[in-house]
Amino acid sequence: MLNVALPKGRLGEKVYSMFEKAGYECPSIKETNRKLIFENEEKGIRFFWVKPSDVSIYVERGAADIGVAGKDILLEYKPNVYELLDLNIGKCNMCVAAKKEFRDENIKVLKVATKFVGIATDYYSRLGRDIDIIKLNGSIELAPILGLSDVIVDIVETGTTLKENDLEVKTKILPISARLISNKASFKFKGEAIEKIATAMKEQVENND
Amino acid sequence: MIDETLMSFEEKSAYKLRSLYTKYGYLPYEMGKFEEYELYIRNKDFLVSDRVIAFNDTNGKLMALKPDVTLSIIKNGEDVIGVKQKVFYNENVYRVSETTHRFKEIMQTGLECIGDIDIYDIYETISLSAESLSTFTADFCIEISNLDLVKKVITSVCDDASFVSSVINCISEKNNHDLKKLCEKFLIDQTGFDKISSLISVYGDRKNVIKQLKEIFDFCELEDMETLSSLLDNSKFSDKIKFDFSVVNDMNYYNGFVYKGFIDGVCRGVLAGGQYDNLMKKMNRSSSAVGFAIYLDRIEDLFRDNEKFDVDFLLLYDNSTDVFEMSLRVNELINKGASVSTQKSIPEKLRYKEIIDLRRRA
Repeated sequence: MLNVALPKGRLGEKVYSMFEKAGYECPSIKETNRKLIFENEEKGIRFFWVKPSDVSIYVERGAADIGVAGKDILLEYKPNVYELLDLNIGKCNMCVAAKKEFRDENIKVLKVATKFVGIATDYYSRLGRDIDIIKLNGSIELAPILGLSDVIVDIVETGTTLKENDLEVKTKILPISARLISNKASFKFKGEAIEKIATAMKEQVENND
Repeated sequence: MIDETLMSFEEKSAYKLRSLYTKYGYLPYEMGKFEEYELYIRNKDFLVSDRVIAFNDTNGKLMALKPDVTLSIIKNGEDVIGVKQKVFYNENVYRVSETTHRFKEIMQTGLECIGDIDIYDIYETISLSAESLSTFTADFCIEISNLDLVKKVITSVCDDASFVSSVINCISEKNNHDLKKLCEKFLIDQTGFDKISSLISVYGDRKNVIKQLKEIFDFCELEDMETLSSLLDNSKFSDKIKFDFSVVNDMNYYNGFVYKGFIDGVCRGVLAGGQYDNLMKKMNRSSSAVGFAIYLDRIEDLFRDNEKFDVDFLLLYDNSTDVFEMSLRVNELINKGASVSTQKSIPEKLRYKEIIDLRRRA
């Protein structure tokens, strides 16, 4: 039986439909109930929904053999997993954003508000820029508006929230998309089943290109 | 005759591994709990965690509770041409836990072969790695990579240091898609990408891997891999030993063959080993070295039996019970091979199979 951790939400639904198209359907997942685990014994697959940022933890700790996580999460937490496929969905960018009028004159320590402390720290250390990190867990856009920070480092999908709050993207740090990941030990013992799924999903990704 | 059922997991493992390693002429290596702090600070990247418990000795010298055994073995050995120091150890080390981020005492078991190392020694340690894991379960595998080959393939395409380290990261993740993007960024052509990519896509059966790689490369490391593979054909567990280049260790310390062991049901690698000539050089030793360590704490989780009972019988008695009769009853049960705990009331945490109540009122 292969355990699959799916990220809750719209991305997870897209990912499930890719599994479905690949021949790993599990009809019970579409029923409205409070079940947490959905299984198709015949196909040897078991799905469960978890918070998107927790997928890599479930996979790294072996509770799930494979899962789908955003590249942002993988770069932030650096789980010790295999990254088998870029699913090319859930695409967005990790960006530096600030108030439209903000210019970084590089004369004082830059205050950076973000959920992604690791990514922001790596980015600015590569630039050799001194920063003060302010770790927030949500509503990051508020930080520069209220003067809590100079800039934010966050995921930008359409940019609508930024625009509506008089903020704008200053720099795109890196593109983000959903990745199929696998537990390293699971890959050793269930490699054939995992590769079969990865190959079927790769075909879909290539057909969508 | 030793009754293994009375042993803890650690004791049982140490016993089995000790008898295995001594068969191959490895001698036990015992050491104190402390080392000079400087030893670890000079080689902190070699350690699993760079944090150590330090304290001042009575003479003012900064000491540390040892977080590792290999460094001490290297430090205390000497280079004699044609001689090999073959040792195994079973020692407590003190490291920061990956999960709780606090210091933890961990039992580490391992084996080192230091001196005039050749391909036979590499074969022997890999074969012993497999035999070691076989003492725990039949469902295990050992995966071997060759760092010299990996480095040669990458630098034959591009020797930029940041490219090399990013590629190694992609190989360790089996991440072909980011490798492709990286190659595009460094203006590497399709042939170059295909060469490196083969280190991700080609893995598994040793002979197949060599055959496929020989069609792409002509490096001498492939000959070494072929020799090692042929030697491993003689191993009892040959079919469980594969090639996989996603096994990557720090090239500042390791070189040549490196390997990892996995057990079905344990989410992380349970054994890590390889050649560490670069570490030897850093420590001013001229010899070569190969060895491995087993993470018993990771394996123990697999054998933690939550259903296990502490005793077979809980025998309850009170002041009115005839203790002479009770002692006969206890002896009778023990002679039958059962275990018995005599108590006046039921201990809260004791797990027992059956209860015998000898209290008068019962």
